[in-house]
Amino acid sequence: MLSDIERRELEEAVQHYSEKRGAAIDALLTVQRHRRWISDESLLDIAQFLEMTAEDLDSIATFYNLVFRKPVGRHVAFVCDSISCWIMGCEQIREQLKKHYDIDVGQTTRDGRLTVLPIACLGHCERAPAMMIDQDVYGEVAPDKIDIIMNKYK
Amino acid sequence: MYPLTQYISRDGTSRLLREYVKGGGYRSLQRLTAGMAPKDVQRLVGESGLRGRGGGGFPTGTKWSFVPMGPNAPKPKYIVANGDEMEPGTFKDRILMEGDPHGLVEGMIMAGYALDAEVGYIFLRGEYHLSAQRLNQAIAEAYAAGYLGKPLPGTTFRFDLHLHSSAGRYICGEETALINALEGKRAVPRAKPPFPQTVGLWGQPTVVQNIETLYNLPHIVNHGAAWYRSLSRTQDGGTKMFGVSGRVIRPGWWELPLGTTARELLEQHAGGMAEGVRFRGLLPGGISTAFMIEEHLDFPLDFSSFPQEVGRLGTGTMIIMDDRTCPVGFVLNLEKFFARESCGWCTPCREGLPWVAKLLMAFEEGRATSDDLSLLEMHTKWLAPGHTFCGLAPGAMAPLQSALKYFREDFERHITTGGCPWSTKSAQLRVLV
Repeated sequence: MLSDIERRELEEAVQHYSEKRGAAIDALLTVQRHRRWISDESLLDIAQFLEMTAEDLDSIATFYNLVFRKPVGRHVAFVCDSISCWIMGCEQIREQLKKHYDIDVGQTTRDGRLTVLPIACLGHCERAPAMMIDQDVYGEVAPDKIDIIMNKYK
Repeated sequence: MYPLTQYISRDGTSRLLREYVKGGGYRSLQRLTAGMAPKDVQRLVGESGLRGRGGGGFPTGTKWSFVPMGPNAPKPKYIVANGDEMEPGTFKDRILMEGDPHGLVEGMIMAGYALDAEVGYIFLRGEYHLSAQRLNQAIAEAYAAGYLGKPLPGTTFRFDLHLHSSAGRYICGEETALINALEGKRAVPRAKPPFPQTVGLWGQPTVVQNIETLYNLPHIVNHGAAWYRSLSRTQDGGTKMFGVSGRVIRPGWWELPLGTTARELLEQHAGGMAEGVRFRGLLPGGISTAFMIEEHLDFPLDFSSFPQEVGRLGTGTMIIMDDRTCPVGFVLNLEKFFARESCGWCTPCREGLPWVAKLLMAFEEGRATSDDLSLLEMHTKWLAPGHTFCGLAPGAMAPLQSALKYFREDFERHITTGGCPWSTKSAQLRVLV
């Protein structure tokens, strides 16, 4: 069931569109902000609110990169793997994360602390290589500085 | 000092409403109050020579001329700012939105007035959290100050503006896919015609405009078409947000006259190549553009005079390829991006791009033969304009086709030596698949 806060936020979101389903992406991201990911149950609740079928909403949820249909950790690290970051050494960041947390891209640590995901160009190419943890962007990431950065995300 | 970035500081701060107004912000709206009609704004923008800054370079005045006007025009009409800046190597719109969010609000009100469109959406890529935060604040301030949500003084025109944060998909940058995304659908491009100017968002007339394009509008209205044209070194009007990334001394962004050359950008502004590496080629504006090599560095960079046989300017944010970077690995990275981001709607793109990526991987892993080289060539024709539903796959072929032309011996070397001569990269690349 949607919480009161979620329901309020969804009602606010649909005000911005001339059809209720226009808020589908906003609604998915809103609920995800509260629950970290979109479970089947959440999907059904949102679909009902937007007067859509769950299948229809799932076709949207599975299309967009930032909607998670599987559980993720408390923090999500997005490692940019597009061209400028590739030139400047994004694989070393990935390797370092793998070495330290024993997870590859697409996986979550056993303690549920961290999920690592690939991401299309983050738009911080002048400070490549870049990564984003939750909503914070880090540029010119040196592999040996990742531990210090990660200390902020327990 | 150029108009778009004159108040943008490089320390990452942003201007609030008070400072924006103090610097002359929202002054262009006074002209509307003083009696400038929508058709006057349209004519001025046409005369200014402004071309779309998202990469297509379509003349803005011409784009607007297809929008139905007058009392019988459908209502509402929409203005959509395309802030889905997901083109790899491109970060110019982020600089503008983070540094001066009110400039976008003012630009959108101006576009709305010119086209008698009363509702605007800013379509922002989901990863731009700081832009979202600052734009939300600017929109709230503009509502409180009466620039939004109330008739502009002396007119009956009232504009409402909403921010839509997307959930990430490269294809959203294509204007009809973006419209589908705004309607809460999968971002699959629509067939054209009808064009969005007549049948767009929820079936209503809609103009989708790049962020940087919109930032130009208040300045054109304030200072006129002749002034705007005089900013440029070529017949296209105005300045351009340029950027440089890769192994250079000072990667960064600069607002400069259209017609600035790649050599000036690379050598003067970016300070030249980093120590120990040499220039081999560059993509002038995102990864859907063709390579430029040494002999092209002195072309004036703009939309209308860029030699077609070389390619196109694209977004103006260039990616530099140095001699320590394998050209095949470089193109493989691009094609994997395109394969991942294809919306899957049309077969040539959905099936062709992963095939291209697999072929390039074979080169990197030393399994490629000369037949594979021909197969790559054939794909550049199979996925050429006219064979696919939208421009994504043809865009993906631009760097490949030009790489096969300029760096052919590097592709051949992968066949003859049975692997990647830049082999440490190659070992790491396998992790990426």
